[in-house]
Amino acid sequence: MKILVAVKRVIDYNVQIRVKDDGSGVVTDNVKMSTNPPDDNAIEEAVKIKESGKATEIIAVTVGEEKAQETVRKALAVGADRGIHVKVDGNIEPLAVSKILKKIVEKENPDLVFMGKQAIDDDCNQTGQMLAAHLNWPQATFASKIEVNDKSLQVTREVDEGLETIEVNTPAIVTCDLRLNEPRYASLPNIMKAKKKPIEQINASDLGVDTNPRIEHIKIEEPPKRKAGIKVASVEELVQKLKNEAKVI
Amino acid sequence: MSVLLIAEHNNKEVKPFTLNAITAASQIDQDLHVLLIGSKADDVAKSLSEIPLVKKVLHIDHEIYENYIAENYTAAILKHADKYSHIICSANTFGKNLMPRVAALLDISQVSDIIKVISPDTFLRPIYAGNAFATVKSNDEKKCVTIRPTSFEAAETTGGSAEIEKIDAADQSENTKFINREEIKSDRPELGTARIVISGGRGLQSGENFKLITDVADKLNAAIGASRAAVDAGYITNEHQVGQTGKVVVPDLYIAVGISGAIQHLAGMKESKVIVAINKDGEAPIFSVADYGLEADLFEALPQFLEELNKLNTIQK
Repeated sequence: MKILVAVKRVIDYNVQIRVKDDGSGVVTDNVKMSTNPPDDNAIEEAVKIKESGKATEIIAVTVGEEKAQETVRKALAVGADRGIHVKVDGNIEPLAVSKILKKIVEKENPDLVFMGKQAIDDDCNQTGQMLAAHLNWPQATFASKIEVNDKSLQVTREVDEGLETIEVNTPAIVTCDLRLNEPRYASLPNIMKAKKKPIEQINASDLGVDTNPRIEHIKIEEPPKRKAGIKVASVEELVQKLKNEAKVI
Repeated sequence: MSVLLIAEHNNKEVKPFTLNAITAASQIDQDLHVLLIGSKADDVAKSLSEIPLVKKVLHIDHEIYENYIAENYTAAILKHADKYSHIICSANTFGKNLMPRVAALLDISQVSDIIKVISPDTFLRPIYAGNAFATVKSNDEKKCVTIRPTSFEAAETTGGSAEIEKIDAADQSENTKFINREEIKSDRPELGTARIVISGGRGLQSGENFKLITDVADKLNAAIGASRAAVDAGYITNEHQVGQTGKVVVPDLYIAVGISGAIQHLAGMKESKVIVAINKDGEAPIFSVADYGLEADLFEALPQFLEELNKLNTIQK
């Protein structure tokens, strides 16, 4: 069984982002970038499945500018076998990414495609479901547990009401929740070894996919600031304020 | 053209977030039709028809829709999507799972999780977990939009009398099977919709100490939340997590106890109407968003808080 894992390079989740003064976007120069957190869970799960003997090969793929390769390199350092970097400059929407991934799937024929449930930059939560739609494959989103069977997966999903379990036949798409596992760190020797693993570069334009944005970003702005509050001296004062000033209890 | 809203329900009742999505949809276009896909869901059709903002209910009833499977819902929606300018649903796990599948097959770039309708093609949506707001304009002819429920009031549920039209089911997907759903049963209000939320963080130091939070929650009829640190430390289960990777809540009152206020957590609660922070570290970032900050040891402050609440003659529930 072959597993394709899609990873995205985003601003690190610990960075307090800053909006550009001209409203055109957020500042990314000299800002720490990392792999989108739930994408790390997707890689980890694929590696665990391979370690259990149920998968033979893991391919990490990313779509993005030159430096997006770093996320593929990191995936290689924790256990992916080879990488694919689909090069595209500028803003690219989930719809276009899903069409690019479809081309990669058609080329590589994986049995499973894993990725994070949502990217923490644009917060779209679309790519996995869109890829499943293009391929007419089943989708198991927000996975917190995956059981691999012969020709199917049993997936537990984090939903608003609690947990839902579904069974999907393979090939299938799974989008991963942070609950799924605890991603490992790459060891130094593995980071060195990963430098020798192959990353194939493909230009998005060679895949025949229209990557022009359909959504215009008219303005990016800071959210309204909360006005500064006050410190209260005692619990008694707090309760009085909540009762008589804020009138919420 | 009209807008088509996809209803979330359990074949007996409409789910509350659908009511918020209806309000948003009606701001896009008043000719609002609701698509109900279910099994033996006549009661749901009737309640939807009584919502004054709803002009028509399209009802597909078939046993294959007993459980919600995105693949099956998508086929049903595509069968009836032609006549509509917008397809809309709530941006909770229901709509997040469903809408991109629909959008991809219609070749539409979806607009996710909007918090404001600026015009029928322009919307405001949070990005970077609410640390920036983007005004976006969709240039697709037809639009797929999901609605952040907590940013819109719930629609009125009585007084309307929309027509209910029964329409045809679509084919069933052979590749996805529902197994079961474990619903977390609780007497407390649901975290996503509660009027008051009290959350505990790493400062609680153990799962047992969450009882201090529970006692206050009982008194205030509040939902219980937690920071990711508290969840990761195993003090409380994941469904209580408030933050970028957990639930986004917008209660009238949010009480953060022993929570330092990581960016992660703030993203999930900073739109709350009134925020209270109780923390012994006066420099904790949580105080920068709190309307009322109390610098105190939570192990002393929480029992006192409960005591003071007990002294009040009345408490809003």
